[in-house]
Amino acid sequence: MNLAATVPDEAWNPVALPSLRVEGVTVVYPNGNVALREASFSLGAGTIAGLVGVNGSGKSTLFKSIMGFVRPSAGRVEISGMSVQQALKQNIIAYVPQAEEVDWNFPVLVEDVVMMGRQGHMGFFRMPSARDRALVDTALERVGMTEYRKRQIGELSGGQKKRVFLARALAQEGRIILLDEPFTGVDVKTETAIIELMRELRASGHLMLVSTHNLGSVPDFCDQVVLVNRTVLAAGPTADVFTQDNLEKAFGGVLRHFHLGGSDLHDDGDARRVTVLTDDERPVVFYGEHNTSRPASPTPREEK
Amino acid sequence: MPDLLAPFAYDYMVKAIWVSALVGAVCAFLSAYLMLKGWSLIGDALGHAVVPGVAGAYMLGLPYAVGAFFAGGLAAAAMVLVRQRTRLREDAVIGIVFTSFFALGLFMVSLNPTAVDVQSIVLGNILGISDADVVQVMIISLVSLAVLLAKWKDLMLVFFDENHARTVGLNPRALQILFFALLAACTVAALQTVGSILVIAMVVTPGATAYLLTDRFQVLLVLAVLLGAVTAALGAYVSFFLDGATGGIIVTLQTALFLLAFFFAPKHGRFAARRRALATREAN
Ligand SMILES: Nc1ncnc2c1ncn2[C@@H]1O[C@H](COP(=O)(O)OP(=O)(O)OP(=O)(O)O)[C@@H](O)[C@H]1O
Ligand SMILES: [Mg+2]
Repeated sequence: MNLAATVPDEAWNPVALPSLRVEGVTVVYPNGNVALREASFSLGAGTIAGLVGVNGSGKSTLFKSIMGFVRPSAGRVEISGMSVQQALKQNIIAYVPQAEEVDWNFPVLVEDVVMMGRQGHMGFFRMPSARDRALVDTALERVGMTEYRKRQIGELSGGQKKRVFLARALAQEGRIILLDEPFTGVDVKTETAIIELMRELRASGHLMLVSTHNLGSVPDFCDQVVLVNRTVLAAGPTADVFTQDNLEKAFGGVLRHFHLGGSDLHDDGDARRVTVLTDDERPVVFYGEHNTSRPASPTPREEK
Repeated sequence: MPDLLAPFAYDYMVKAIWVSALVGAVCAFLSAYLMLKGWSLIGDALGHAVVPGVAGAYMLGLPYAVGAFFAGGLAAAAMVLVRQRTRLREDAVIGIVFTSFFALGLFMVSLNPTAVDVQSIVLGNILGISDADVVQVMIISLVSLAVLLAKWKDLMLVFFDENHARTVGLNPRALQILFFALLAACTVAALQTVGSILVIAMVVTPGATAYLLTDRFQVLLVLAVLLGAVTAALGAYVSFFLDGATGGIIVTLQTALFLLAFFFAPKHGRFAARRRALATREAN
């Protein structure tokens, strides 16, 4: 890979090649609940990493510790060689929240929310510059929300709401973007648009960590996968990590899954079988002889 | 017909009018944030919780603002502590803390009835405000306004999306503490104008009214501050003719404007909603 080509030509660019290292992170909530135990993984620039695990496995907790919202009781998070606090001061991390976390009745317009992405770049009195306004316009354009810019945020559909917060992350020019379940409640069109945008960002060297229950799409757009269940079970390239064995380990039987094989599937003695695993959204399909077989990907998402 | 300019011939009236306007403006500024978070009751709690501080300050001969601020801070800390250590709901915690502070205040006043004019704390007495108190109220209000003008956008971010605020390098905890310190200070300032019972109206109603009139936070702030300042000044002015309690008149005016907005606001008012419902029914 030609690294020079992945460096965006932006005027403001604190770290051309962002990286994220989570090292032995243990998080204990005040009530004694150990949400994560010695979680470790690391990711580099130009990556879309899927964060996959059951409800309560610690995905949001992991995000919170990367943003310094919860302090790990052991281990450390390192962002491009810096501590979390330093990285936050430089606006390196952008966060796209889960829809339930947002107060949709708050009196702000779409463009106001996107402008909030610029706030860390503004001076003492927080007056937006011409560049701030231009970046807001571009961000709205890129997510296709320009015509809704004067709407109050509660007056949007679920998919449009997601796009607004994506635009805010773009305007912020964060090099590491954390997305907490961006696909819940969006249709295939918006999902495709979001994935397309993430691919563009990957091409310009961004690092994205995306939590999702949408297993079927993971092999489709993630080049790395982090499997969690109260710790990091496995992390690495999708092809190595996103296997049937690992998924069954991570989901411990809570996945809906069924096999189709033998005489149900083949007329001859073909040992290969189809396995469908689903965490309630788009299922992942495996085809092969063993549990170690690769997912039957890319999923034919273009078919209408 | 009464002489409409008569109040301006009296020094104490002129003073009352502009001090009220100033206090009304700062309280309204804070109200824009408070009502969005569902924290309105905290304003009420602080208004009552400062009473023992004022009583204590009078007894010790300290400026009343010092005592009030101390008691307000203590009450806020007590609320946070009880909230963290128990599973009680917020409203229960607030109710327990502020009534116990208020009771303590009344008890202190009853021990030493001559030192404190309890009525001026509970009901306010802007028409009889002393020059020393004017100075205190002015310092509190002007400092608070200056801080708010510099920090209003950061506070908005913290109130809207704490996580995002963190990612742009802000310190949400510090900004929240700053906000509650300002709230406690302004509650103290408002004691003189409307009294502890009606402080809640000053830090809720203007924001709530403005919320019905706009979908933009910066517009909401401007509207709230205007509403707060004008109603407070007008209330003080009118109380000259009615010989009534200034606080009662100010809050009545604010409520009247709230009701107007509630029914006639162009987008969020009841009638607008009704018109839209009718229009869609006819269209179908
Ligand atoms: N504030 C908290 N106090 C105590 N325990 C918590 C707190 N927040 C989360 N937990 C616990 O920590 C564990 C991990 O929670 P987390 O929110 O990280 O899960 P998640 O993987 O994001 O789940 P989901 O898929 O449902 O979003 C859960 O068992 C949860 O009950
Ligand atoms: Mg979660």
